[in-house]
Amino acid sequence: MSDATVVRAGGLLGWVEAIRRDRKASIGAVILGMFVLVALVGPLFVGDPDALVDIPLQPPSLGHWLGTTGQGQDVFAQLVVGTRTSLAIGLAVGVMVVLVGALIGITAGYFGGRIDGLLSLFFNVFLVIPGLPLAIIIAAYLPSGPLTLAFVLVVTGWAWNARVMRSQTLAQRQRDFVSAAIVAGESNLRIITREILPTMTSLLVAQVIGSTVYAIGAQVGLEFLGLGDVSTVTWGTNLYWAQNDSALLTGAWWTFAPTGLCVALVGFALTMLNSGFDEITNPRLQLERVWRAHLAAHGREPGRSTPVVIDRA
Amino acid sequence: MRYILRRLGFYLIAAWAALTLNFFLPRLMPGDPTTALFARFRGRLAPEAMDALRETFGFTQAPLINQYVTYLSHVLRGDLGISVAYFPAPVSEVIATGLMWTLFLAGTAVIISFTIGTLLGIVSAWKRRGWLDTWLPSTLVFLGAFPYFWLAMVALYVLGFTLGWFPLGHAYGDDLTPGFTFEFIADVFRHAALPVGTVVIATLGGWLLTMRNSMISILGSDFVNLARAKGLSPRRVVMRYAARNALLPSVTGFGMALGFVLGGSLLTEIVFSYPGQGYLLVQAVRNQDYALMQGIFLVITLAVLGANWLVDLVYLWLDPRTRGPAS
Repeated sequence: MSDATVVRAGGLLGWVEAIRRDRKASIGAVILGMFVLVALVGPLFVGDPDALVDIPLQPPSLGHWLGTTGQGQDVFAQLVVGTRTSLAIGLAVGVMVVLVGALIGITAGYFGGRIDGLLSLFFNVFLVIPGLPLAIIIAAYLPSGPLTLAFVLVVTGWAWNARVMRSQTLAQRQRDFVSAAIVAGESNLRIITREILPTMTSLLVAQVIGSTVYAIGAQVGLEFLGLGDVSTVTWGTNLYWAQNDSALLTGAWWTFAPTGLCVALVGFALTMLNSGFDEITNPRLQLERVWRAHLAAHGREPGRSTPVVIDRA
Repeated sequence: MRYILRRLGFYLIAAWAALTLNFFLPRLMPGDPTTALFARFRGRLAPEAMDALRETFGFTQAPLINQYVTYLSHVLRGDLGISVAYFPAPVSEVIATGLMWTLFLAGTAVIISFTIGTLLGIVSAWKRRGWLDTWLPSTLVFLGAFPYFWLAMVALYVLGFTLGWFPLGHAYGDDLTPGFTFEFIADVFRHAALPVGTVVIATLGGWLLTMRNSMISILGSDFVNLARAKGLSPRRVVMRYAARNALLPSVTGFGMALGFVLGGSLLTEIVFSYPGQGYLLVQAVRNQDYALMQGIFLVITLAVLGANWLVDLVYLWLDPRTRGPAS
């Protein structure tokens, strides 16, 4: 995994530089940045989202930019405050899911044998059991609230990451530098944390992004069903109330349209960021780009095979 | 043959895991489950609900292992307890009313989406960096980022409510009696168009990208170059040589996506008041009908496991390597 070209430039700064150079990644980063900004400072400017400010179901106007809900709350205020809670839960769950997945996946891949067999069976079973119905029965038994929601999303979401981490660890396990570390008598823990984990930085970042997309979507879905804490303001509960107040059949599009658009924009931004990362850190795609530029300089069209050797002279 | 038996064994283990989860979840709650439930709902749970709950999960004074055996034997006999929301109907009967609609909706959506998405992926990889390849994947990724049920709400609002092109919900018109008449079937399709359409649009991007990426790496491989060098027609090279092999990752993903799509289509059903499991699920959540919730979970899990096994059979047919050296 020679993502070295990217990270070599020096930790965080290297990442920033790499994102700036890639068009997809920059679009994603800009959109995401705006949402993070709104989540951080937005709630300071919009006032209490629960306050009953006007007649219910008013269309957008100057007083209420996105109109009012079926209860007479300001939709814009709810949207902004919801951004904070939804993004926070999404990111926290995204990180947790990857941590759990990495722990189990690396253990399985590194130790192999029976441990691997057992753990693989475990995450494969979790992968094949449909997530949403499982999430629903777990959430229904626990007291509703953000902690329950996060717990449920981690339980139903970690398996995919474990699978990816396992196969990645298996591949690294065969490499010479790991064998050398084993022969040198280093402890298993040290080999995993110092030798294997650093080679997976870009994979882990990509997984956190992907898992955050999952977490936001699943969270909104569960809350839409009424399994979140319906008294808190999040994107999901906003949609829940919109559906409950039959916003659709009264034609009140402004109560649900902006929220869904925000969910999609964040999801899209994260996906763009991820595919940008992929092009930056995947040596195969990177070579292809250099090769294409090289051919274009000589006025030729690229063929269909991936270049292996490049004459950079 | 060994492969297919091994997969079958895996699904049996998965089914057992789902059953066991179903058994232990209520017992993992702190304290005695029934009293804890009672405390939580501050008496909002009707007495018959408590009895139904106790009976369903075999909450008795017997040791845990006996309770577990009782529970398993109940489930194997198809006895999933009594529904609270539809008291006193048994859960199995309640679920049976909506099962066909859910399978119809999710099944049609998955098959349509997989077919169209995969074909688009092939075209996109073949005409690489053409206009289709430049715009379609990112557009579909954007559409795929929307929650299914939100796309459903927008579609219902625009195409159903404002323009009046499609019915606003339910599986068929109230004025029709179900039967194998042309009129009834046409009406069912008219009602299914929007729910199926939104799920298809939301999932199309995933299939396209999987197929496109695996096509690109296959198109660069030696045997494809050889086929081209032999002067075979591009159509033959793409479909018979590249696409068939590139299909494998998509087929593997198919099984896994089933559960996900089914979950999404449950939420879509709610928006369209479609009379499937999603609608029952909302009733169950609103009425704290645990027996019904768990029953739906079990039935959906079993359906997904069964479908996965069918996908394995297709895989066996597509990839000779899985058939093993013996055959």
